[in-house]
Amino acid sequence: MIVSRRLFQRLRRTAIQAVPTVVGIVILNFFLLQFAPGDAADVMAAEAGSATVETMADLRSRFGLDLPVIHQLLNYLSNLAHFSLGYSPRYGMPVAELIGQRLPGTLILMGAALLFALTIGVILGSLMAQFSGRLPDRVLSVGSLLFYSVPGFWIGLMLILLFSVKLGWLPSGGDSTIGSSLTGFAALADRARYIVLPALSLSLYYLAIYARLTRAAMLEVKSQDYVRTARAKGVSPLRLVLRHILRNALIPITTLAGMHIGGMLGGAVVVETVFSWPGLGRLAFEAVMARDFSVLLGILLLSSFVVIIVNATVDLLQAWLDPRIGESR
Amino acid sequence: MTALLEVRDFSVAFGASQPVKGVSFTANPGEMLAIVGESGSGKSLTALGLIGLLPRHAKTGGEIRFEGRNLLAQSERDWRRIRGRDIGMIFQEPMTSLNPVLTVGEQIIEVLRIHERLDRKQARQRAVDLLELVNIPEARKRVDDYPHQLSGGMRQRVMIAIGVACNPKLLIADEATTALDVTIQAQILQLLDNLRRDLNMAVILITHDLGIVAQWADRVMVMYAGRKVEEGLPEPVFTDPYHPYTRGLLGASPRAESGHHYRDGPLIEIPGSIVSATGEKGCAFRPRCPSAQASCGFAVPALRQIAEDRLAACPFTPTRFVSQIHDASLRS
Ligand SMILES: Nc1ncnc2c1ncn2[C@@H]1O[C@H](COP(=O)(O)OP(=O)(O)O)[C@@H](O)[C@H]1O
Ligand code: SF4
Ligand SMILES: [Mg+2]
Repeated sequence: MIVSRRLFQRLRRTAIQAVPTVVGIVILNFFLLQFAPGDAADVMAAEAGSATVETMADLRSRFGLDLPVIHQLLNYLSNLAHFSLGYSPRYGMPVAELIGQRLPGTLILMGAALLFALTIGVILGSLMAQFSGRLPDRVLSVGSLLFYSVPGFWIGLMLILLFSVKLGWLPSGGDSTIGSSLTGFAALADRARYIVLPALSLSLYYLAIYARLTRAAMLEVKSQDYVRTARAKGVSPLRLVLRHILRNALIPITTLAGMHIGGMLGGAVVVETVFSWPGLGRLAFEAVMARDFSVLLGILLLSSFVVIIVNATVDLLQAWLDPRIGESR
Repeated sequence: MTALLEVRDFSVAFGASQPVKGVSFTANPGEMLAIVGESGSGKSLTALGLIGLLPRHAKTGGEIRFEGRNLLAQSERDWRRIRGRDIGMIFQEPMTSLNPVLTVGEQIIEVLRIHERLDRKQARQRAVDLLELVNIPEARKRVDDYPHQLSGGMRQRVMIAIGVACNPKLLIADEATTALDVTIQAQILQLLDNLRRDLNMAVILITHDLGIVAQWADRVMVMYAGRKVEEGLPEPVFTDPYHPYTRGLLGASPRAESGHHYRDGPLIEIPGSIVSATGEKGCAFRPRCPSAQASCGFAVPALRQIAEDRLAACPFTPTRFVSQIHDASLRS
């Protein structure tokens, strides 16, 4: 009863804050993109190899690129108000449809990477805390420091080199075997093989962070008085770790994990490009190169939604994990 | 009467330093034994030793016999069966001693279900009963509260409920009332006193405040720098403190009436600090002792029987004791 009321209050507050945030993000991004040199017409003309002044002007007026900036912004906002993300001149289809095609790929990739980073990170961090100062802790600490400091694309390239080129175990790019007519479980297994390397290279950095964070949080919790109380009750070591130490250590870990999701979207751009994974990140990259701003704005808008939703989820998760949150205020 | 707990020459060492230097004492069933001494005397280490929760790198010596069995010789597994069931423990800080993410009910139920075969419903009912036992109003509602929803005094009652949940034979209360207001302090002590009578449970009441001991304890043991320096019944110890340290403690003991609280600042009646005891070859109290003599630095003074039920570790007898000792020696 009390828990659900607490959660509802949190959710309502988040929703109220979200609207101005999103509008602000749209306007800010719109002006930022105006600073980039060139527009879609320039790129299309350059790609076509020849273009007259007239065709360029024609292109611009067709996509509304010749209007004053403020006018363009108002157009865009009015589109948004009608739940339209606009039209992509380059891909020749509505932006919403374009994004809809690419979104699942990115969500799957990020979900897999996050799940892997969190589970393995928390397990390794718990081990490090349990053996703190001893050999397993030292080895894992060095390992996590390594993955923390090496950029994702480099890890990706090294993984391709090892697992695709040298060992030939896993495919180096794409999201499924082209032209294969697999169905059911076989198709799923095929896709799973393709996601391993990109998800791994996206997750290792976060895995390192979560492992180090879990270690620190657990060591901190371990020295708390209530852990001693639990031991004085005769609680077994496993139960002590799971119910008393980890449960409390998870509170700071969820906060940080939530904050990382936005960063992970950024990381996905690089990883999707390295592994030619058909997702939003690569679409964003292509949109930048093509100066296809309506696509880019759409992606940025969606990303801000994702971040807001994730933050709200984390908030809820926290309120659920920590009964002290969300009572007052 | 056979003692419930018999501690013999118990010591705790961390490398070269030995904060507990061989203490011996007994506790009888249902008895309330107070261990008194200022901060750093080794009281908490002694208490943690009794329940097997000393830091892993601590080296222990001597014997702790509980119902005849030497606890120090047993495995960690055996310890877990004793903790919470035969020996309960309450700690100083009520604000931090309960797990913030579990309801008080869950925390009481946990100890019950570790040691007793109870299903969820029975355990919950027992938790409510226990909250009533420690005088928490509206126990049925409070059982679902989280610790942060309770006051310090209430939380300490919950700690007591956890401590006595499985009817332990011994309850150790390490500074259990120190962080509480004076009036709450008295209520908690009254509660402990009632419980030990009702449950026939021995209580070891650990405190640095001699003032709160007089009214409740059956026996008082004074510790200084890891050693027992005096022991006796509260009345005689209070009216005629024998050891100079006990005398100093009595002077330093804040009285309830004066409203003095341990947080109000350091107590100044005993000059110097317990740190001066480190490395002292003779009597550890010598650097601070107003009655110190040259000979006090030669050897650690032995505990001597001063009177019936009275031990002290100082050879220099205040004059008023001379007749008693004379009487005692005449009688023996
Ligand atoms: N883990 C430890 N390692 C080294 N020394 C310790 C440790 N715990 C306590 N001590 C030392 O033991 C002495 C006695 O501590 P303690 O038993 O907590 O005293 P009290 O409870 O009487 O205040 C202190 O001076 C402290 O410095
Ligand atoms: S032995 Fe000496 S120094 Fe120690 S308490 Fe007695 S008089 Fe003081
Ligand atoms: Mg202490």
